[in-house]
Amino acid sequence: MNEITKDLLREISDWDGEFKGAYNIREDGQCVGRVSSKNIRIETKKDKPGLEIFIAPGTKDETVSIPACVTHGDVDDLVYNDFFVGDNADVIIVAGCGIHTETGEPARHNGIHRFFLGKGAKVKYLEKHIGKGHGTGLRYIDPVTEAELDEDSVLEMDTAQIGGVDRTTRVTKAELGARSKLLIRERILTEKDQTAKTEFKVEMNGKDSGVDLISRSVARDNSHQEYHSVIVGNAPCTGHSECDAIISENGKVDAAPELHARDNDAALIHEAAIGKIAGEQILKLRTLGMTEEEAEATIIDGFLN
Amino acid sequence: MLRLENITWSTPDGMNVLRDLELDVPDGKLVVITGPNGGGKTSLAKIIAGIYKQDSGRIILNGTDITEMDITERAKLGISFAFQQPVRFKGITVRKLIELAAGEKLSLDKICSYMSKVGLCAEEYIDREVNSTLSGGEIKRIEIATVLARHSVLTVFDEPEAGIDLWSFANLIKTFEDIRNNLDGSMIIISHQERILRIADEIVIVADGTIKAHGKPDEMMKLLLENNSVTGKCFRQEEMF
Repeated sequence: MNEITKDLLREISDWDGEFKGAYNIREDGQCVGRVSSKNIRIETKKDKPGLEIFIAPGTKDETVSIPACVTHGDVDDLVYNDFFVGDNADVIIVAGCGIHTETGEPARHNGIHRFFLGKGAKVKYLEKHIGKGHGTGLRYIDPVTEAELDEDSVLEMDTAQIGGVDRTTRVTKAELGARSKLLIRERILTEKDQTAKTEFKVEMNGKDSGVDLISRSVARDNSHQEYHSVIVGNAPCTGHSECDAIISENGKVDAAPELHARDNDAALIHEAAIGKIAGEQILKLRTLGMTEEEAEATIIDGFLN
Repeated sequence: MLRLENITWSTPDGMNVLRDLELDVPDGKLVVITGPNGGGKTSLAKIIAGIYKQDSGRIILNGTDITEMDITERAKLGISFAFQQPVRFKGITVRKLIELAAGEKLSLDKICSYMSKVGLCAEEYIDREVNSTLSGGEIKRIEIATVLARHSVLTVFDEPEAGIDLWSFANLIKTFEDIRNNLDGSMIIISHQERILRIADEIVIVADGTIKAHGKPDEMMKLLLENNSVTGKCFRQEEMF
């Protein structure tokens, strides 16, 4: 792998020269490193570009990393990755993406991830996206995540777009079986003329299933974000979504949450707040010795952390 | 020492709140400012911290004219301010806020020492966000802990008793007594509470934007108890609990 990939890996997957456990590194659409483990098998997809990752039932405390890096302009990378998580497995999946361009040509990574969680499986999914480089070409990252959660399974998604991505459309869809839980924590920072569109659709089909969706975003400069969530309760279930956004300069945020209760025992809640940084917060941090600019940066950093 | 000279301040809509107010706060002293609501106490505290800017007058701290300094500059000079109504921050943990106040990373033991002074167990709180999941009393105590974590030459507490339960209030009095007994600089507390007034080195009664009286606690307590017509009904003789 090249030096740009190494730099991006440090940012998106805390890479320190090696990965712990199974991994597959994708660089400009090509595999530049792969290791399977006894319990986690990574195979090349036969019908489409991408991977099939098989996690054996009962696998505990293992990590699989599948970062993707685009290191120059004029790359349009499309990949399909399927995760088959065996019953009662308990693993961490790290799947970040970084795009670096130094030219005027655009670059794009479109990762379509599907998760199939077996009964009682637990997955912590970490996904960090970043754009870097001085090129004027637009950096696109368009992730699609689809998840099917079998009975008693838990999928915890922690996703962050930490800067430099010019355009993104993020789509997440999930279907929840009985007593399964989906926890999503999303953080998005947009600046300059960037746009970000994020869509969630969660269908709770199993009794006592639950979703907790927390989205925090910061729209600065002339950037624009759209948030649209749809939570459908088709069974006795609990759903909570929270959309908090900070806007500064000419940043714009549109939030459109939807709740659909299709069962008398579906309990669905939505909270949303959009606004600029409260003046009192700035004042408090200034009384601790910060400048106004330092205070604002600290508040945003904490909000997105 | 803090010296306030001829401080005058009006609200943006023109209401005259402070009028030619003069006050010296000596080093090593705890000065409690009391008086009726609306008399100008909080405005005065905010002017000292630089949150409000006086219309006229001068502010001198340890010989340095800080009149034109903004909040940040005054904080860097060692002025600390505990808000009457503390601010909440989504995403900033209690640990982070106290470390920001201290200006450095702190050990759990050190954070615990500040938190225990306000009646909180650090281990239960340090990873919690300073957000709406904390009660009014909890967030008030955390606010005071952030001020304790700073190395101040002048500390201003604006009604620290507000929102504090009885048990924590008793501890808070002990904390203020400890600070007073080990003061490097000076401390101002805005308060209506008799127990806070009784630990003061000096009491200042502010009403109608001016200082009505200034003196030792015994003398001022007598005045407060016997002559409310001078001060207005500003003083809670026994606790509010």
